Order: sequence, then structure tokens, then C-alpha cells
Amino acid sequence: MKIKSLTAGIALAMGASTLSFSVLAADTIKVGVLHSLSGTMAISETTLKDTVLMMIEEQNKKGGLLGKQLEPVVVDPASNWPLFAEKTRELLTQEEVDVIFGCWTSVSRKSVLPVLEELNGLMFYPVQYEGEESSKNVFYTGAAPNQQAIPAVDYLMNELGVERWVLAGTDYVYPRTTNKILEAYLKDKGVAAEDIMINYTPFGHSDWQSIVSDVKKFGSAGKKTAVVSTINGDANVPFYKELGNQGVSSEDIPVVAFSVGEEELSGIDTGPLVGHMAAWNYFQSVDTDLNSEFIQKWHAFTGDENRVTNDPMEATYIGFNMWAQAVTEAGTTDVDAVEQAMIGQEVPNLTGGTAVMNKNHHLSKPVLIGEIQDDGQFEVVWETEGVVPGDAWSDFLPGSKNLLADWTAPVKCGNYNVETQSCGGQAN
Amino acid sequence: MKRLLAICCYCLGLLLSLPAMAAEKPLPTELAPLLSELTEARLSKAIPVLDALEAEGGEAVQPLFSYMLEGDLYYIKSSRQVIAVSEAAGQETFIDMLSGAELTPLSSREIKKIRVNNRLRGHLRDAIARLQLGSESASVRESAVRSLLSDLDDGTLEAIRDARLNEPSSAVRDVMDMALALHRLNTAGLAVDRIEAIGQLEGSLEGDVRNALNRVAERDPSPQVQQAAFRALTGIEQKVEFYAFVDQLFFGLSLGSVLLLAAIGLAITFGVMGVINMAHGEMIMLGAYTTYVVQLLMPNFIEYSLWVAVPAAFVVSGLAGVLLERLVIRHLHGRPLETLLATFGVSLILQQLVRTVFSPLNRQVASPEWMSGSWEINPVLSLTLNRLYILAFALLVFFALMLLLKKSSLGLNVRAVSQNRAMAKSMGIPTGRVDAMTFGLGSGIAGIAGVALSQLTNVGPNLGQSYIIDSFMVVVFGGVGNLWGTLVAAFSLGIANKFLEPVTGAVLASILVLVFIILFIQKRPKGLFPQKGRAAE
Repeated sequence: MKIKSLTAGIALAMGASTLSFSVLAADTIKVGVLHSLSGTMAISETTLKDTVLMMIEEQNKKGGLLGKQLEPVVVDPASNWPLFAEKTRELLTQEEVDVIFGCWTSVSRKSVLPVLEELNGLMFYPVQYEGEESSKNVFYTGAAPNQQAIPAVDYLMNELGVERWVLAGTDYVYPRTTNKILEAYLKDKGVAAEDIMINYTPFGHSDWQSIVSDVKKFGSAGKKTAVVSTINGDANVPFYKELGNQGVSSEDIPVVAFSVGEEELSGIDTGPLVGHMAAWNYFQSVDTDLNSEFIQKWHAFTGDENRVTNDPMEATYIGFNMWAQAVTEAGTTDVDAVEQAMIGQEVPNLTGGTAVMNKNHHLSKPVLIGEIQDDGQFEVVWETEGVVPGDAWSDFLPGSKNLLADWTAPVKCGNYNVETQSCGGQAN
Repeated sequence: MKRLLAICCYCLGLLLSLPAMAAEKPLPTELAPLLSELTEARLSKAIPVLDALEAEGGEAVQPLFSYMLEGDLYYIKSSRQVIAVSEAAGQETFIDMLSGAELTPLSSREIKKIRVNNRLRGHLRDAIARLQLGSESASVRESAVRSLLSDLDDGTLEAIRDARLNEPSSAVRDVMDMALALHRLNTAGLAVDRIEAIGQLEGSLEGDVRNALNRVAERDPSPQVQQAAFRALTGIEQKVEFYAFVDQLFFGLSLGSVLLLAAIGLAITFGVMGVINMAHGEMIMLGAYTTYVVQLLMPNFIEYSLWVAVPAAFVVSGLAGVLLERLVIRHLHGRPLETLLATFGVSLILQQLVRTVFSPLNRQVASPEWMSGSWEINPVLSLTLNRLYILAFALLVFFALMLLLKKSSLGLNVRAVSQNRAMAKSMGIPTGRVDAMTFGLGSGIAGIAGVALSQLTNVGPNLGQSYIIDSFMVVVFGGVGNLWGTLVAAFSLGIANKFLEPVTGAVLASILVLVFIILFIQKRPKGLFPQKGRAAE
């Protein structure tokens, strides 16, 4: 399988290079792909690189864009945050790409941001993140906290009657910001401070004994308890294992996770995880025609029947299609023109309904809650009625309450303070 | 130890085979319409169907519910026949629930799973517990009553009261009485009745009892009842605190045993030979990957895979160690800085090798059934089995190694060479060979540690990296060249870490431990148990 994908990659690269030779005169539209292909994040990001390549191949089959073929330019920032910025500069100045699809971690996005703004590039960011940002040069197609964390908490509170909350996360910016928002939101809803337990652990934490035992103790106070987990990466495996070993079942203390998807589950024994939940905008198990078509194409492209699809892939899919539509509508790949044409674009979701690009560069998407099944897939147990518009600035943090992002005239600002009526009114 | 484990395996195997045997009893035919309704019902509509099944079928539906709870219940798409699919030793068996007959194998396209969610699972568990009140085994009846404690409605209570009348076992009767008392505490109108109920509940460690008493102590209209509840609670809380302490001590010992396993190999290569081996972590990783490969080779015997993996990992990592010593370290004798850099390079090479051969993704190592779950001593104290076994295993390895060094001729040679190389050489000890053997032994033990760690953490290329620092810390803290020091250091660091963690959080706890060790080494550079006499020179 590895060799197959490698040869496929080589064939594709060769195809692309011959392609660029043959149509050099005819000019191509260059698409930058900025995903780590080595290092710790390679596990997750390689999939997204393949997704972009698949979308490009498909678009070229349809005749490309504006009569030109699309040409992928793949670089490897190697999970090295400063290298992300360098590679972006390389893509924009040397390769002169028209658009970039890239980044996974928030820290890599933050490192790329100043380069994009300086050189006026255009990037699509496909991963759920902590919000509190809106740049003219970035379109955020993953979920903002109000499209993942808040609906999940609502579900637990209203449908399962949860009264006590454990907010457990890995110690870095995304869990910390998300938990800050959730804590403010829960207190807003009348949850007492002693009913919230917050816990942070280092990356790759493996000894969960005392934390799980604390959670168990915290959950035995007679009130329904749930864990909201922003635990990242492979630390999840020993965490769920320890839960299983200490006899904490999903009926007693359910765990809802924001960083665990089909891809993360594909490598582990899901037996002890059954019944725990995840909140996303997309699950592979959702039964729609569009989704099964997408999965089929993915299997054909990767040559592997067992490859799973996940939420950031759908976000990439939506972002790419929106960009293609916006370019067609604008009649050019010029960043400013495409940026304006992007706003209001609509693309059907793989899970049904339509995703709309809002003025704040975030999408309106449906939110789904799924329970983990023993085959590593999710069974949808709840979804929002209609779509939820992404909110760049959380309404539950004092620093960002008054801020809004609007990239249309006359505001044209990513952090407009409604109170002082001025741009750049960021409080923190 | 081995025999004990074998017995445990056997008992667990028996337990597991129970539902399969029960399923061969056919269900009453009048349940057929309900069963087909179950295949059509949506998740939110399934509970009434389950209730009807329980009411009509009685005890007969228990295997059906168990299969459904485990997610092993399917139906055949064409005929809507409800079937159970169970897998044992890689073989799938298909049983028709209605007739109890075994069916010819079906492909996964012909059948569809009957979905369950958390709400259904909770409902099924309660229903099974109610049905199990009539079970033949006293322990099953007891745990059934316990699991019903949290959800005491009138119907459940009636069932418990009926069962109480013919209950032969006094232990089960006690739990049943507790359930009845709990109900009385919650519902009785007279204060005297409530106080009497509190008297019966005194000393119970059940979470539900504590919660009920807490509620009563705060909100009961009668002050006498409040006081009685408060007195009962203080007694219970004292016990709970004691068990919490024991629990924490166990966590510390368990972390200590992991540290001991990781460090003990290093205690030999670094402590006895004086070689700073940065590739020690990768020897642990090789052991973990050996476990993975062993499980790949014997997919139907996961239960026994670890018994094969331990010697296999010892051989693989040991050979890697001998090679490393012969090819690299031997040539750098007496040059610690070069050794450090060279072994660091080797560690990177080994990591990349594993990445290329096995992929950079973590590999899944299965836990045998006998290592999952926990040993429940009482409602507030349960020890997880995998940690318990690893603690015992670490001590076993430690004492076996001790014995080897003290009693065998290899051990004698090793000690001689480490104390005075030149003298040993002139006495005719082949120091080169002894060096290689010692290094192989240390690495092999690291491999064994890898087998144990594969049961606790992720098996990936970076596995070794996360343990190398801890290992050095333990060896240095314990005193270089002293195995007892390693033992004491591992357990004291483990316990200190686990007692700090609830207070400071996981991140700060490990920082504090590190700071402590730095200060300690300033004061006593040779560790807890420094070597004395001429050997120390």
C-alpha cells in the first residue's frame, strides 16, 4: 500500500511536471499545497495533501479553470513551525502560486499569517480551531468553537442532562482557548465553579491513572458528569484505555472529543471507546449520495479501500470548490478579486445542506455529534437544525465580545470593535 | 505467578464462553414480531420495544440483550432474521436468535448491525441486571443489585424485594437490604424510619449511598435525621480517605515499576559499564515492536502472545545491543563524549529504520483479555490489572537480574571487569567478550521493558525518546553502579510524582521532581547509594 501510494505520487509528480512543460506556453494556475509530509503532524496532514491533489486532478479533468490547467506545487514544511513561514514565502515569491491550501496546527497558521498579509497571498485553512482570528488573506473552512465545542456542550447539557464538567486538554493554545470559552459559557448557563474541573497534560502523556481516577471521583458526586476532551494526538489512546480499565463506561461518564476523528481511530482498538462521542461537521458514516461518491473517489485515488475520510478533508473539499467557483466568477485569479468573490459562495456539504462563506471568512455549516462504534466509525446521534454560522470572535470571552469580522465594504476589517466603531479594536 | 495467570486466563475464558453457550437456547416464538420490530425501530424508538421484550420474554431475552449491549446483534437484510455474530479465535459464528441454531457463514453485505447508543446501552444494562437477579451465581446477583442502586424505581424495588425472599446467600442479602434501606431513606415519611435506614447504611462505601446521605445531611427537614446522616457520613469519609491514599500509593508504585523497567537495563550499561548509551530508549522501542510482530504472527493466540514476546524481545534487543557494542562502542572505549554522540546517532538511525519498515504511524498492540479490567476490592478501591501485573513483572525482572549478577559466573566476570578492568584482564577474563555480553544483557532487559510498555502506551517510533530521560534520572538518582539504588529511586520518584500530581497538575509535577533531583545531585553527586571503597574509584 505504501509502495503503491509512493508510485502513485511519483507518477503524479511526473505527470505534473510533463504537464507543466507541455502547457507552459499556455500558462497554468499554480496551487500551493503547504502540509507537513514528515515529522509529528505528517500522520494527519499527508491525508489533506492527497485530498488537494485529488481535487486538482478532478478539476483538470473537467477542463481546469478559466481555460487553464491547474498545477499543484507541493512543499514540505516538516512539522516545523518557522519553516511554514519560509515555505509560504517560497510559494508566493518564487513559485508565484495563486492560492495555498495548508496548515493544521494553530501555531503553524499563526506563523504563516504575517507572510500572507505582507505578500497578499490567499490561503485556505481546513481544520477546526480556537477562533479569535480573521485575516483578509485566510479563509477558515474548519469549525470555529461555536460550530463544534458550544453545540457539543449544549447537546450534553440538554439531551443527556450533564451537570458536572471535566474540561481535559493537552497543554497548548487550542485547548486552552477553547476551554476558556467553554468555562465562560458554562458559567453563563449557571454551572457553579465547583462543578467544573479543568486539567491539562503535556503532549503525548501516557500515565493517565491518577487523572482518570480523579475524573471518576469527580463524577461520583451524584450529578451526571461528562468529559469534554481537547486531548490531542496519540495521548488519546492510553487515556481511553485507562478509562476502560478503571471501569468508566460511556454510560456513566461520556467523553466528547474535538480532536478525535476517523483517521485517529483507524490505528487503534476501538473496543474501549464505544459510546464515547465526537463533535464534527462531517462523519464518513453519513449516508448521502454526495458523500458516498466522494468516498468512492477517495478510494480510487488512493488505491486503498480501507482509507477513511474525515472532517478536515470535507473542509478542504468545500474550500477548494468554493475557490474554483470564485475564480470562475471573478474571471481572474487575482487575490483581491477572488477574495471578494468568495464571500457568499455556496457549495453543497457532503453531509447534506449547503455551506455558505460568510463575510467573516468563516463557513456556515451543520454540526453533528457522533458516538464511536466498534468499527472505528461514528453513528450520528444528534445534529443541529440547519447550519451554524462560524463566529470568528467568541461572544463568551470578555476580550472579544464586542469584536466582529466583516470583509465587505464599508467595514473591511477583521477585528472591528462595535462599541468604539473602529478597526483594530482588539482588546488582548 | 505463571500458574496463577494461567488460572486467571482459564477463568476469564470460561466467563467469556458463557453467553455463547446460553444463546443456543431458543427464544419463545411469540417474540418473533417484537424481534422484527427491533430491526425496524430507530434509536429513539427502541426502548419501548426492549421493554416489551423484557416483559414478554423474561429471562429468556437476557442473551439477546447481552449481544445487543456488546454490539454483536445483526439482522439479515433480506429476511429480517435477528442473528448474533460472535467471534472467537478469528472464527465468526452466526446464530439465529429465535431458533438458537447456528447458521452458515454470511458475508458482511448480507447483514446489518442493530445500532445502539448510550441511552440504549444504559437501558440494556439495567434490564440485564434485573433479569440477573434470578441468576444462579451469587456474585452475578450481587453485582446486579449493585448496578441497580443508582436507578431505584418502584418496579426495580419490587423485583429486588421479591428476590430477597428466596435469597440463599447472606452477602447478596446484605446488598439487597442496603438497596431497600437506600430506598427507604429516600422515600420514608417518618423521621424514625429514615434514621433506622441510615443505621443500616452506616459504613457502606457505595457512591450512591454516600450521595444519598450527603443529600439527607444537607436537606432533610428533621434535624435528628440530618445529624444521624452526618455522623454516618463522617465514618464513611474516613474510610474513603484511607482507600484514596492506598489508591494513590498504588499509582505511585505502578509508575515506579515502569521507571524501574525502563531504567534497569540502563543501570547495567551505564551503571556497571559506564557507557552513556543514548540508544537505550530505542532498545525499549525494539522490544515493543517485537511484541507487535509477535502478535502479527500469532493473531489467534493474543492471550499467549506476551509469553512469546518477552523472550523474543530479549533476544532481538539483546542482539541489537551486542551488535552496537561490537561495531561502535568498543572502538570508543574511554571516550564518553564520542560514545554519547555515536549512540545518539544510532538512536536516530534506529528510529528512522522503524519508520521506514513499519510506517511512522503508531502500531496497535492488543492487550490480552487477562490484562484488561480491574480488581475491585471495594466500591472506592480498584486496582487495574495491567498495572498490577507490570508491577509484579518489574520486581521479578529485578530480582532475576540480581540473582544473575550475584550467583552466575557471567555476573562474577561482569562485576570483576567493572571494578578493575586491567586486573580482571590480567586474571584471564576475556574483557571484550564480557563487555559485549553485559551490553547485550542490559539491552535485552530494555527489550523486555518494551513488551511491558507496549501494554501501557503507544507503540511508535518515538516510544524510546519519552523514556530515556526518565531512565537516566532514575539511575543517577539511585547511585551509579548500584541496582538497589535503582529500585529505591524508581519507586520513590514514582510515588513522589503521583502524590504531587493531584496538587500541582501533571506538567508541574514532573518539573518539580526534576528540580528536586538537580538539587539532590548538587548535595550528593553520587546518588542515594554511592559505591564505596576501591570499586568507586
